[in-house]
Amino acid sequence: MTTETAALPRSPARPPRRRARTAWQRTRSIAKHALLAAACAVMVYPLLWLVVSSFKPNADIFRDLSIFTTDLTAENYANGWNDLQYPFGVFLFNSSVIALGAIVGNLVSCSLAAYAFARLRFRGRNLLFAVMLGSIMLPFQVLMVPQFIIFKELNWLNSFLPLIVPKFLATEAFFVFLMVQFIRSLPKELFEAARIDGAGHFLSYTRITLPLITPALATTAIFTFIWTWSDFFGPLVYLRVPESWPVSVALKGYLDAQSSSDYGSMFAMSVVSLLPMFLVFVFGQRFLIKGMATTGIK
Amino acid sequence: MSSLGELRRLAVRRREGASRTKERYPDNKAAYLFLLPWLIGLLGLTVGPMVASLYLSFTDYNLLQPPEWTGLGNFTAMFQDERFWNSFRVTVVYVLAGVPLQLALALALALLLDKGMRGLPFYRSVFYLPSLLGGSVAIAILWRQVFGKDGLVNGALGWFGIDAPGWIGHPDFALGTLVVLHVWTFGSPMVIFLAGLRQIPEMFYEAAAIDGAGRARRFLQITLPLLTPIVFFNLVLQVIFAFQAFTQAYVVSGGTGGPGDATMFYTLLLYKEAFTELDMGYASAMAWFLVLVVAAFTAFNFWLSKYWVFYDD
Repeated sequence: MTTETAALPRSPARPPRRRARTAWQRTRSIAKHALLAAACAVMVYPLLWLVVSSFKPNADIFRDLSIFTTDLTAENYANGWNDLQYPFGVFLFNSSVIALGAIVGNLVSCSLAAYAFARLRFRGRNLLFAVMLGSIMLPFQVLMVPQFIIFKELNWLNSFLPLIVPKFLATEAFFVFLMVQFIRSLPKELFEAARIDGAGHFLSYTRITLPLITPALATTAIFTFIWTWSDFFGPLVYLRVPESWPVSVALKGYLDAQSSSDYGSMFAMSVVSLLPMFLVFVFGQRFLIKGMATTGIK
Repeated sequence: MSSLGELRRLAVRRREGASRTKERYPDNKAAYLFLLPWLIGLLGLTVGPMVASLYLSFTDYNLLQPPEWTGLGNFTAMFQDERFWNSFRVTVVYVLAGVPLQLALALALALLLDKGMRGLPFYRSVFYLPSLLGGSVAIAILWRQVFGKDGLVNGALGWFGIDAPGWIGHPDFALGTLVVLHVWTFGSPMVIFLAGLRQIPEMFYEAAAIDGAGRARRFLQITLPLLTPIVFFNLVLQVIFAFQAFTQAYVVSGGTGGPGDATMFYTLLLYKEAFTELDMGYASAMAWFLVLVVAAFTAFNFWLSKYWVFYDD
């Protein structure tokens, strides 16, 4: 870049660009990085402590709060896994089934609705779109009691259906909005060309829209995973028998069962429950950050 | 563009379009087919339940016997109940303390993380991680121990010779630990602010620099005004969501809302009335009061926005 600038005939007339940073700038930069690094440490320390503590012998966890220790053991994991009525694998399996169902439901139903809002002209579009956006802001407590009655009448209590079926009805409007934004940004010519070639709306949805909005679909899948995996309220209301518990409610069970002071196994299972979310974060970060910037929803 | 921006745009366009002649709607049939799942959900799981819970709020209903009309009975009982007002107070304190603190921290760090700064992706990831995990039960369990009598916080204070009580078990501090937990999850608004900062055209800063504006001036007259719509959008949504906070209060207090109802959030009391007491009518009345309160806060935010949010259209 410097050589290019030098090659330009006009450049000698301009004052040379300051490359070297002044001492003041350097100090400021160092101070800033130090501040940010300290903030990072404070933010992450509790998480690191949780992970390290889960490998400590029970007696040591609160005696020595440091994360620098060599006395590590995996016995908390072995104990914690079987602490409740069912092995922890059962709860992990339940959580996975719920999350998978919710992801498929959101992907299908939200993309269908988004296609209509973004591409089709129909009576009542603006009104319905406003209703859809407004539903994001409606406190769900106002729906809670009647929804419970509906699912109870359907005999769906203690099954995963109350947690999965609503996702097939696009109840999470954030994702509809996210996909609408994405579809709107696609070039109109693509859809025109498809129409001229005789493609109807269904083909234009499956063959053009879906392949092109994969980033939005990925964002939806990842957020749905994280939200359903950590959802506590839904399972608390609808899943009353331990064999149907997902990890969130099961972890709460460790808290209740903790008459002794077996913090080790509780920490170990907490780590196990966070691990899938952490992995999704590591591999899906790109989509998460992009998706959030688009819709502005956490 | 944010969902709030969309709503605003729709409102403006509606007014303009009112006098225009009706357009044709070529895609009516296809559109309603595509929307069918969403429409079923809207009617069956949103509009229907809203009407139902409005009706139930005027009745006594325990799931077993049919609902019995009591008029405003639930509401008068509610307004005379000290526990109800306590939960309302606790929640409002949580919202008024947690949301501004969280957004201020998010904004401060977004501004600190300059464009193109070295290590930006790393810092961003580290700050963002807690906001993803923060809603989980595991983190709430961790929080109990971090702020417990022998927890991390007291361990750190111990170095300074301060002997502090167990924060979680202390009626004056328990709510504070939940506010801290909320602030800890500042990563998601921070990422939104970062995206907003990136959208400010470089040209504005160049023009200002040519006009001789210094750093402070450029910040106050370019960055801040252009960021206000995003701050506003975050503020509105975060207030709405914070009113509905449940999991963390439930788990941190071990399901009790204690000590001494100090963390009895509105949603926690509502849950107990509905699913422990089986007082579905009373719970519905509480839910509708919550909707009104949230709507009032949102309306107030919109009214206030006239004085500080900058729209350049």
